[in-house]
Amino acid sequence: MGTGERTQLALVQANSRLGDTAANLEAVLETIGEEVSAGSQLIVFPELTLSGYFLKDLTQDCALRLDGPELERLRRAAGSASVLLGLVLESPDFEFHNAAVLISGGEVQLVHRKVYLPTYGLFDEHRYVASGDRFQVVEVPLGGGQSWRLGVLICEDLWHPSAAYLLSRQRADLILCPSASPGRGVAEAEAELGSAATYGAMLRTYAELFTVFVAYCNRVGFEDGFHFWGGSRVLGPDGKLLAGPLDDGPGVLRCALDRRELRRARIAAPLLRDEREGLVRRQLERPPRG
Amino acid sequence: MADLAIKPELVAGILRQFVREEVLKVGARGVVVAVSGGIDSALSARLGVDALGPEAVTAVAMPYRESEPASLADAQLLARQLGLELQVLEITEQIDAYFRRFPEADRARRGNKMARERMSVLYDISSTRSALVLGTSNKSEILLGYSTLWGDAAYALNPLGDLYKTQVFQLARHLGLPQPILDKPPSADLFPGQSDEAELGFSYAQADQVLFHLVDERRSPEEVGELGFDEGLVERVWRRVRASQFKRRPPLLAKLSSRSVEQDFRYPRDWGY
Repeated sequence: MGTGERTQLALVQANSRLGDTAANLEAVLETIGEEVSAGSQLIVFPELTLSGYFLKDLTQDCALRLDGPELERLRRAAGSASVLLGLVLESPDFEFHNAAVLISGGEVQLVHRKVYLPTYGLFDEHRYVASGDRFQVVEVPLGGGQSWRLGVLICEDLWHPSAAYLLSRQRADLILCPSASPGRGVAEAEAELGSAATYGAMLRTYAELFTVFVAYCNRVGFEDGFHFWGGSRVLGPDGKLLAGPLDDGPGVLRCALDRRELRRARIAAPLLRDEREGLVRRQLERPPRG
Repeated sequence: MADLAIKPELVAGILRQFVREEVLKVGARGVVVAVSGGIDSALSARLGVDALGPEAVTAVAMPYRESEPASLADAQLLARQLGLELQVLEITEQIDAYFRRFPEADRARRGNKMARERMSVLYDISSTRSALVLGTSNKSEILLGYSTLWGDAAYALNPLGDLYKTQVFQLARHLGLPQPILDKPPSADLFPGQSDEAELGFSYAQADQVLFHLVDERRSPEEVGELGFDEGLVERVWRRVRASQFKRRPPLLAKLSSRSVEQDFRYPRDWGY
């Protein structure tokens, strides 16, 4: 009893070949095949898996279209599994986005276009891609006849708590976080890499405060001297670590998610029920005075 | 005081992976590194060996007749510890032949010529071995401009470029590099008795603190002074950083066309691999 409440999640913590969409597509198709055989029902890849991250002027060369042959192959390969995949997406009017596409039931169910494009420090995203305009939850069946409400935050989206909040208000069950986070901060005083510590704190906070499953899937490898630190992990709706974190090498993190955890967590801490959404709306519209 | 202490095992792991991945990515078979007997080149060579194995690392010592004999002895000590065969290629002949035409040349000019001669030898060997030149400049030297342009500052990849000198010492101690190399004062060894810290006019321990606040923490020189650092020291350090900016950037081109290399033809270095 209860197996219908569970789904098998696989986070594919992989390297990509920078700018080589064809090679990356073949690797992704092979992995999808392996994960489908292994019984994974939701397969998540890192941010910009099909292109690599620090693309600069390669951005346009690596862009794919939703109606292109690559998406067609991915939809067929997914079969009855669901797949979340990061890529540069080109719109019919020639805008480019850092996007993640959720394929389920052989169709694209959600396209999340990264809203927060870091353009400071070592990042330069907004020079090359356009910003998305929404955070959206979709409901997809993930085996056993149960539907799951999924939302996506790509890397820098996580640094804006309003993004996770908006997914929470749409009653997300699971927030998927594909990422290409370069590692920095090697101070002895820290327990781990500085960027890993920050992500760890954010992911845990969102999982616990929004009583939601959170799955973080980061890149590994090097691009132009930048080190992607991996650390993929799954957190339960009580904020506890369910699987991972992986180290900074390639690997697949598999984890069974049980929807009954959501129920238990939300009974123990009914934070979603108690949230004063109307108050938030009113105060954003009209900040209180005095 | 800023805490410049690093987690050495974390840093060593990242740098080993960096060297390994960047070398294999471009299809090279290994690295070639100039081993002077000093701590920077010893650490670079060690990371190369840890990343690729001793058979993939070509270590070259290039002494000049005035180089400290202890430097070559220390390079040999390191090579033995790492299981490397040290190639010793003395550069005295070509340096002396050149300067016979310019007997008036001062020691700075001679030192720069030696550094560039060593670079030239390294790149020659690198092409015969299908190996990348592994750099040995640390973040302190790079920021202070304490290097020879197209000399020791020329390389394909550099595992030490984001470590201050004091952090290089920390990592080198953690990895157990030979004690004589850890103990001696830093020197470019371009003329007898040379000392980095005497030439710079401040110690690396002082400069690293100031650089960390100015660069990593983005404080203004005034703010660093307010932290209790000597204002003259802060000013000297910051002036060196500004004055050596040209050493850290590619050469200038005059923009004429609609798309120019370095200005708006922007591809990652990894493009093509």
